[in-house]
Amino acid sequence: MKKLSARRRHPLAALVVLLFALAATGGLYAAFAPAEKAQADSAQSLATEEGKRLYSVGCASCHGTSGQGTHNGPSLVGVGAAAVDFQVGTGRMPAQQPGAQVPRKKAIYNQAQIDQLAAYIASLGPGPAIPSKQQYSPDGADIANGGQLFRTNCAQCHNSTGKGGALSEGKFAPTLEGVDPKHIYEAMLTGPQNMPNFPDSTMPAKDKKDIIAYLAQVDSSKAESPGGLELGGLGPVSEGLFAWVFGLGALITVAIWVAARTAKARKS
Amino acid sequence: MSNEDMSEANLPSEREHAHHGAVEPVGDPFADPGLPPHEPRRQDIDERTARRSERTVALLFTLSMVATVGFIASYVIFPIGKIVYIFPFGHVSALNFALGLTLGVALFAIGAGAVHWARTLMSDEEVPDERHAIEATPEVREKVFADFRQGVKESQFGRRRLIRTTMMGALSLVPLSGIVLLRDLGPLPEKKLRTTAWRAGMRLINQNTNEPLRPEDIGVGSLTFAKPEGLSEDDENFQNVIAKAALMIVRLNPQDIKDKRELEWSHQGIVAYSKICTHVGCPISLYEQQTHHVLCPCHQSTFDLSDGGRVIFGPAGHALPQLRISVNAQGYLEALGDFEEPVGPSFWERG
Repeated sequence: MKKLSARRRHPLAALVVLLFALAATGGLYAAFAPAEKAQADSAQSLATEEGKRLYSVGCASCHGTSGQGTHNGPSLVGVGAAAVDFQVGTGRMPAQQPGAQVPRKKAIYNQAQIDQLAAYIASLGPGPAIPSKQQYSPDGADIANGGQLFRTNCAQCHNSTGKGGALSEGKFAPTLEGVDPKHIYEAMLTGPQNMPNFPDSTMPAKDKKDIIAYLAQVDSSKAESPGGLELGGLGPVSEGLFAWVFGLGALITVAIWVAARTAKARKS
Repeated sequence: MSNEDMSEANLPSEREHAHHGAVEPVGDPFADPGLPPHEPRRQDIDERTARRSERTVALLFTLSMVATVGFIASYVIFPIGKIVYIFPFGHVSALNFALGLTLGVALFAIGAGAVHWARTLMSDEEVPDERHAIEATPEVREKVFADFRQGVKESQFGRRRLIRTTMMGALSLVPLSGIVLLRDLGPLPEKKLRTTAWRAGMRLINQNTNEPLRPEDIGVGSLTFAKPEGLSEDDENFQNVIAKAALMIVRLNPQDIKDKRELEWSHQGIVAYSKICTHVGCPISLYEQQTHHVLCPCHQSTFDLSDGGRVIFGPAGHALPQLRISVNAQGYLEALGDFEEPVGPSFWERG
């Protein structure tokens, strides 16, 4: 102890104290710092990193090297992870060719890659996040309210039972049959292509859930159709066409068949 | 009458040879060729075949009876809500399907039976029934005309001019009473077509949540439907009021708005347009958020919401009416008055 106190005025004493203090602080931090958070952060940044790599290969030619957009594709800053999950998850992006509207097709990326892309795009600017299963699952929703909301907000383009319909100049509202509830939710949230969006501020999350439940009720393979033979459920045009072409055609065919066969004993 | 009555000399080929193309007709070229010889059917010759036809017709009629009984039975048996899976129709109502099937069979079997009966058993001998002019004999005609002339003379119709004139007047006025009754077809619309429920200071209510809208609720690219404050879907006249007052609210970037008046009437790029097409009044809200076009599903009229609701395609005759909006002291969107022009389709007195 005497030795230590004798050298307390040594020119290097301050340095030694400083080193001890730094080591103690670092050691304490290592002991108490939330290790999991650090790991999650690095996983997140890894996903963003991977997403950026996928983006550079698959998306950057149209949307710009850092998502700023070019004349071939819009800016992706602030569109959010939900938009990426919808566009890439339904196969619309990457687009096959320019045109009036990019159609749904088989998804090119798997869900893990889509999540990485979404993480990268979400890092460019704040936007809607991918909804949780609890948000879009139709369990426990009010189907009748969903029907009313669907008719007010969606039916004008997507048809009253979600069969889809035509828009101007080659654009169309696609059918909603067989669409993943998650993607329906994301479409309402983000408004892909020419579809307007329906943010939570004007259409609360509960309403979106009700709409998804209504669609599951009327527009799925299990949907009940009391009349049967819906002919696509597209309304009077397809029904009239069917009645005039096939209904009347069948009557004419039967009439011709009856009259063409002679009842005479000797066939001429 | 049979084929033997016809001379082959009348055929063009024969005449060619006989007269070297001379046009002189031989006999009457329009002579009635008569009916072809009657051919019997198997049922006419063979009694066993005829019996089989009889049984077939009876079977069809019996099938119809069974189907009708089945119709009544299915009406009684199946509850209204019962859904069954039937390929290829899918999940259909058991009641509807059974009723349609049995009634269809019942009607078809009657028709098929009648056709089969007529074709195989009823007489199929061709019988000509010649037409004759329909005219009364000269004596009868003469008598009728004489009676009419005598009647005119005895009634003094030609002599007493006053009676004739007043009778004509009476007969021509009587139908007027029928025309006057058409007044009861309904009261005139008066000012109803020119005004809607919107008034200055009325807040815009979100149709989804029934809450008043704030400007910050409405993002660029979103679509919202609004109704006037104080109007409830349970109101007796809700449909009549909303049919004129329905609004669609969208937000554009203010620099995208090409029309000066539209920009003035908007609030920070939020514009409120009538949802009723100016062609025949269909509800239009097929809004494309990238082009700002609104399409009417009835006749494809297209309006440009970034250019004062101008018609850019289709039969609509007027731009879509815009509602002037602003924000009140509490920060809610409110109307600054009614629409400046009548909403919906044109009408005679619109001007």
